Amino acid sequence: MKTDMNDIFKALADPCRRELLDRLTEKNGQTLGSLCQRMAISRQGVTKHLALLEAANLVVVVWHGREKLHYLNPEPIQQIHQRWIGKFEPQRLQALATLKQALEEK
Amino acid sequence: MTATDFVYVTYIDTTPEQLWQALTSAEFTRQYWGQRGIQSSWQTGDTVQLLKEDGSLDWSGRVLEATPPKRLCYTFDPATDDEMPGYQGARVDLTQPEKPSRVTFEIEPYLGKVKLTLIHDQFEPSSKVLPGVSNGWPVILSGLKSLLEGKSSLFPDWR
Repeated sequence: MKTDMNDIFKALADPCRRELLDRLTEKNGQTLGSLCQRMAISRQGVTKHLALLEAANLVVVVWHGREKLHYLNPEPIQQIHQRWIGKFEPQRLQALATLKQALEEK
Repeated sequence: MTATDFVYVTYIDTTPEQLWQALTSAEFTRQYWGQRGIQSSWQTGDTVQLLKEDGSLDWSGRVLEATPPKRLCYTFDPATDDEMPGYQGARVDLTQPEKPSRVTFEIEPYLGKVKLTLIHDQFEPSSKVLPGVSNGWPVILSGLKSLLEGKSSLFPDWR
Protein backbone atom coordinates (compact mmCIF):
# COMPACT_ATOMS: atom_id res chain seq x y z
CA MET A 1 0.00 0.00 0.00
CA LYS A 2 1.06 3.53 -0.66
CA THR A 3 -0.03 4.92 2.69
CA ASP A 4 -0.75 3.56 6.10
CA MET A 5 -2.95 4.83 8.90
CA ASN A 6 0.02 6.55 10.57
CA ASP A 7 0.44 8.84 7.56
CA ILE A 8 -3.27 9.62 7.58
CA PHE A 9 -3.40 10.54 11.27
CA LYS A 10 -0.12 12.45 11.08
CA ALA A 11 -1.54 14.45 8.19
CA LEU A 12 -4.77 15.10 10.09
CA ALA A 13 -2.93 16.15 13.27
CA ASP A 14 -2.17 19.67 12.05
CA PRO A 15 -4.78 22.47 12.17
CA CYS A 16 -3.51 24.11 8.96
CA ARG A 17 -3.89 20.86 7.08
CA ARG A 18 -7.37 20.34 8.49
CA GLU A 19 -8.23 23.85 7.35
CA LEU A 20 -7.05 23.00 3.84
CA LEU A 21 -9.27 19.91 3.89
CA ASP A 22 -12.20 22.03 5.12
CA ARG A 23 -11.68 24.39 2.21
CA LEU A 24 -11.70 21.52 -0.25
CA THR A 25 -14.88 20.21 1.36
CA GLU A 26 -16.43 23.61 0.78
CA LYS A 27 -15.17 23.83 -2.78
CA ASN A 28 -13.47 20.83 -4.31
CA GLY A 29 -10.89 21.17 -7.09
CA GLN A 30 -8.84 24.26 -6.25
CA THR A 31 -5.50 25.59 -7.47
CA LEU A 32 -2.62 26.32 -5.10
CA GLY A 33 -3.28 30.03 -5.62
CA SER A 34 -6.89 29.84 -4.53
CA LEU A 35 -6.02 27.65 -1.54
CA CYS A 36 -3.43 30.22 -0.41
CA GLN A 37 -5.99 32.99 -0.20
CA ARG A 38 -7.04 33.90 3.34
CA MET A 39 -4.56 31.38 4.80
CA ALA A 40 -2.48 32.70 7.68
CA ILE A 41 0.64 30.93 6.38
CA SER A 42 2.94 31.50 3.39
CA ARG A 43 2.54 29.95 -0.04
CA GLN A 44 5.54 27.72 0.69
CA GLY A 45 3.87 26.62 3.90
CA VAL A 46 0.69 25.71 2.04
CA THR A 47 2.76 23.81 -0.57
CA LYS A 48 4.44 21.79 2.19
CA HIS A 49 1.15 20.97 3.89
CA LEU A 50 -0.41 19.95 0.57
CA ALA A 51 2.53 17.62 -0.12
CA LEU A 52 1.93 15.88 3.22
CA LEU A 53 -1.80 15.60 2.52
CA GLU A 54 -1.00 14.15 -0.90
CA ALA A 55 1.44 11.64 0.60
CA ALA A 56 -1.36 10.48 2.90
CA ASN A 57 -3.70 10.22 -0.12
CA LEU A 58 -6.07 12.69 1.55
CA VAL A 59 -5.59 15.12 -1.33
CA VAL A 60 -5.17 14.18 -4.98
CA VAL A 61 -4.09 16.34 -7.88
CA VAL A 62 -5.85 16.31 -11.23
CA TRP A 63 -4.41 18.28 -14.12
CA HIS A 64 -6.93 20.21 -16.12
CA GLY A 65 -5.01 21.56 -19.09
CA ARG A 66 -2.27 23.61 -17.45
CA GLU A 67 -4.11 23.98 -14.19
CA LYS A 68 -3.21 21.78 -11.26
CA LEU A 69 -6.37 21.22 -9.23
CA HIS A 70 -6.44 19.77 -5.72
CA TYR A 71 -9.27 17.47 -4.66
CA LEU A 72 -10.22 15.97 -1.34
CA ASN A 73 -9.93 12.19 -1.59
CA PRO A 74 -12.51 10.49 0.66
CA GLU A 75 -10.72 7.12 0.50
CA PRO A 76 -8.57 7.34 3.66
CA ILE A 77 -11.49 8.67 5.67
CA GLN A 78 -13.60 5.82 4.31
CA GLN A 79 -10.91 3.43 5.64
CA ILE A 80 -11.15 5.00 9.09
CA HIS A 81 -14.92 4.82 8.90
CA GLN A 82 -14.85 1.15 7.93
CA ARG A 83 -12.39 0.21 10.64
CA TRP A 84 -14.09 1.82 13.62
CA ILE A 85 -17.56 3.00 12.68
CA GLY A 86 -18.71 0.84 9.77
CA LYS A 87 -19.73 -2.02 12.03
CA PHE A 88 -22.32 0.13 13.80
CA GLU A 89 -25.59 0.80 12.15
CA PRO A 90 -25.29 4.03 10.13
CA GLN A 91 -28.94 4.94 10.72
CA ARG A 92 -28.54 4.87 14.48
CA LEU A 93 -25.37 6.91 14.39
CA GLN A 94 -27.10 9.40 12.13
CA ALA A 95 -30.03 9.58 14.54
CA LEU A 96 -27.64 10.31 17.41
CA ALA A 97 -25.82 12.96 15.39
CA THR A 98 -29.13 14.60 14.50
CA LEU A 99 -30.22 14.52 18.15
CA LYS A 100 -26.93 16.07 19.28
CA GLN A 101 -27.28 18.79 16.67
CA ALA A 102 -30.90 19.51 17.64
CA LEU A 103 -30.01 19.70 21.34
CA GLU A 104 -27.05 21.98 20.72
CA GLU A 105 -29.11 24.37 18.64
CA LYS A 106 -31.40 25.11 21.57
CA MET B 1 -13.91 20.62 -15.21
CA THR B 2 -15.79 22.56 -12.57
CA ALA B 3 -15.33 22.88 -8.84
CA THR B 4 -17.97 20.29 -8.05
CA ASP B 5 -16.34 17.13 -9.39
CA PHE B 6 -16.02 14.00 -7.32
CA VAL B 7 -12.55 12.43 -7.27
CA TYR B 8 -11.53 9.20 -5.52
CA VAL B 9 -8.14 7.52 -5.57
CA THR B 10 -7.48 4.09 -4.12
CA TYR B 11 -4.61 1.60 -4.35
CA ILE B 12 -5.58 -2.02 -4.86
CA ASP B 13 -3.50 -5.18 -4.60
CA THR B 14 -4.54 -6.64 -7.97
CA THR B 15 -3.67 -6.44 -11.68
CA PRO B 16 -5.00 -3.87 -14.18
CA GLU B 17 -6.66 -6.71 -16.13
CA GLN B 18 -8.54 -8.00 -13.08
CA LEU B 19 -9.63 -4.52 -12.11
CA TRP B 20 -10.89 -3.97 -15.66
CA GLN B 21 -12.91 -7.19 -15.42
CA ALA B 22 -14.32 -6.10 -12.08
CA LEU B 23 -15.50 -2.79 -13.53
CA THR B 24 -16.98 -4.14 -16.76
CA SER B 25 -18.52 -7.56 -16.04
CA ALA B 26 -21.93 -8.05 -14.42
CA GLU B 27 -20.75 -11.21 -12.68
CA PHE B 28 -18.17 -9.10 -10.80
CA THR B 29 -20.20 -5.95 -10.18
CA ARG B 30 -22.97 -7.98 -8.51
CA GLN B 31 -20.46 -8.93 -5.82
CA TYR B 32 -19.63 -5.38 -4.71
CA TRP B 33 -22.29 -3.10 -6.20
CA GLY B 34 -25.38 -4.09 -4.19
CA GLN B 35 -26.19 -7.11 -6.41
CA ARG B 36 -26.32 -4.84 -9.45
CA GLY B 37 -25.03 -6.08 -12.79
CA ILE B 38 -23.39 -3.80 -15.36
CA GLN B 39 -24.36 -4.46 -18.99
CA SER B 40 -22.64 -3.12 -22.10
CA SER B 41 -20.87 -4.22 -25.26
CA TRP B 42 -18.21 -1.63 -24.26
CA GLN B 43 -18.08 -0.29 -27.81
CA THR B 44 -17.85 3.52 -27.96
CA GLY B 45 -21.33 5.00 -28.32
CA ASP B 46 -23.16 1.90 -27.05
CA THR B 47 -25.34 1.96 -23.96
CA VAL B 48 -24.26 1.04 -20.43
CA GLN B 49 -26.87 -0.10 -17.93
CA LEU B 50 -26.69 -0.98 -14.27
CA LEU B 51 -29.48 -3.45 -13.50
CA LYS B 52 -30.74 -4.28 -10.04
CA GLU B 53 -31.39 -7.80 -8.78
CA ASP B 54 -35.06 -7.59 -9.91
CA GLY B 55 -33.96 -6.53 -13.42
CA SER B 56 -34.99 -2.88 -13.03
CA LEU B 57 -32.73 -0.07 -14.21
CA ASP B 58 -30.60 1.78 -11.65
CA TRP B 59 -28.82 4.12 -14.07
CA SER B 60 -27.86 4.15 -17.73
CA GLY B 61 -25.33 5.90 -19.94
CA ARG B 62 -23.23 5.68 -23.07
CA VAL B 63 -19.68 4.45 -23.52
CA LEU B 64 -17.37 7.38 -24.27
CA GLU B 65 -14.14 5.40 -24.15
CA ALA B 66 -13.18 1.83 -23.27
CA THR B 67 -9.45 1.15 -23.52
CA PRO B 68 -8.70 -2.03 -21.56
CA PRO B 69 -7.08 -2.17 -19.07
CA LYS B 70 -6.39 1.55 -18.77
CA ARG B 71 -9.30 3.89 -19.17
CA LEU B 72 -13.07 3.50 -19.00
CA CYS B 73 -15.36 6.46 -19.49
CA TYR B 74 -19.15 6.59 -19.71
CA THR B 75 -22.03 8.98 -19.15
CA PHE B 76 -24.25 8.56 -16.10
CA ASP B 77 -27.97 9.17 -16.00
CA PRO B 78 -29.84 7.98 -12.88
CA ALA B 79 -33.13 6.13 -13.42
CA THR B 80 -34.16 5.98 -9.74
CA ASP B 81 -33.71 8.12 -6.65
CA ASP B 82 -32.42 5.12 -4.69
CA GLU B 83 -29.50 5.86 -2.41
CA MET B 84 -27.33 3.92 0.02
CA PRO B 85 -28.92 2.67 3.25
CA GLY B 86 -28.87 5.46 5.85
CA TYR B 87 -28.37 8.24 3.30
CA GLN B 88 -29.97 11.51 4.42
CA GLY B 89 -28.79 13.96 1.76
CA ALA B 90 -30.41 15.47 -1.32
CA ARG B 91 -32.03 13.06 -3.76
CA VAL B 92 -32.36 13.11 -7.51
CA ASP B 93 -35.59 14.72 -8.74
CA LEU B 94 -36.75 12.35 -11.47
CA THR B 95 -39.41 14.80 -12.65
CA GLN B 96 -36.65 17.27 -13.50
CA PRO B 97 -33.88 15.20 -15.07
CA GLU B 98 -30.41 16.71 -15.19
CA LYS B 99 -28.18 16.26 -18.20
CA PRO B 100 -26.06 13.09 -17.85
CA SER B 101 -22.80 13.48 -15.93
CA ARG B 102 -19.55 11.66 -16.76
CA VAL B 103 -17.71 8.83 -15.01
CA THR B 104 -14.03 8.14 -15.78
CA PHE B 105 -11.91 5.31 -14.34
CA GLU B 106 -8.16 5.45 -14.84
CA ILE B 107 -6.16 2.35 -14.07
CA GLU B 108 -2.37 2.58 -13.65
CA PRO B 109 0.21 0.13 -12.36
CA TYR B 110 1.83 1.47 -9.17
CA LEU B 111 4.73 -0.29 -7.42
CA GLY B 112 3.43 -3.70 -8.36
CA LYS B 113 -0.13 -2.80 -7.34
CA VAL B 114 -2.78 -0.78 -9.11
CA LYS B 115 -3.81 2.84 -8.69
CA LEU B 116 -7.47 3.44 -9.47
CA THR B 117 -8.62 7.01 -10.03
CA LEU B 118 -12.33 7.72 -10.36
CA ILE B 119 -13.41 11.14 -11.62
CA HIS B 120 -17.13 11.83 -11.73
CA ASP B 121 -17.67 15.25 -13.33
CA GLN B 122 -19.79 17.37 -15.68
CA PHE B 123 -22.59 17.86 -13.17
CA GLU B 124 -25.09 20.67 -13.52
CA PRO B 125 -24.64 23.60 -11.09
CA SER B 126 -26.20 22.65 -7.71
CA SER B 127 -26.74 19.13 -9.03
CA LYS B 128 -28.87 16.75 -6.98
CA VAL B 129 -26.99 13.82 -8.48
CA LEU B 130 -23.62 14.83 -7.00
CA PRO B 131 -24.43 14.47 -3.24
CA GLY B 132 -25.76 10.93 -3.71
CA VAL B 133 -22.85 9.71 -5.83
CA SER B 134 -20.34 11.35 -3.45
CA ASN B 135 -21.91 9.21 -0.73
CA GLY B 136 -22.15 6.06 -2.85
CA TRP B 137 -18.79 5.79 -4.62
CA PRO B 138 -16.68 5.32 -1.45
CA VAL B 139 -18.93 2.42 -0.41
CA ILE B 140 -18.86 0.82 -3.87
CA LEU B 141 -15.14 1.27 -4.40
CA SER B 142 -14.13 0.02 -0.96
CA GLY B 143 -16.26 -3.06 -1.61
CA LEU B 144 -14.47 -3.48 -4.93
CA LYS B 145 -11.07 -3.21 -3.23
CA SER B 146 -12.02 -5.80 -0.60
CA LEU B 147 -13.27 -8.19 -3.25
CA LEU B 148 -10.15 -7.92 -5.39
CA GLU B 149 -7.91 -8.33 -2.37
CA GLY B 150 -9.62 -11.62 -1.62
CA LYS B 151 -11.65 -10.62 1.41
CA SER B 152 -15.28 -11.53 1.82
CA SER B 153 -17.99 -9.22 0.58
CA LEU B 154 -17.86 -5.95 2.54
CA PHE B 155 -21.59 -5.12 2.43
CA PRO B 156 -23.34 -8.44 1.68
CA ASP B 157 -26.74 -7.16 2.81
CA TRP B 158 -26.85 -4.14 0.53
CA ARG B 159 -29.39 -4.51 -2.27
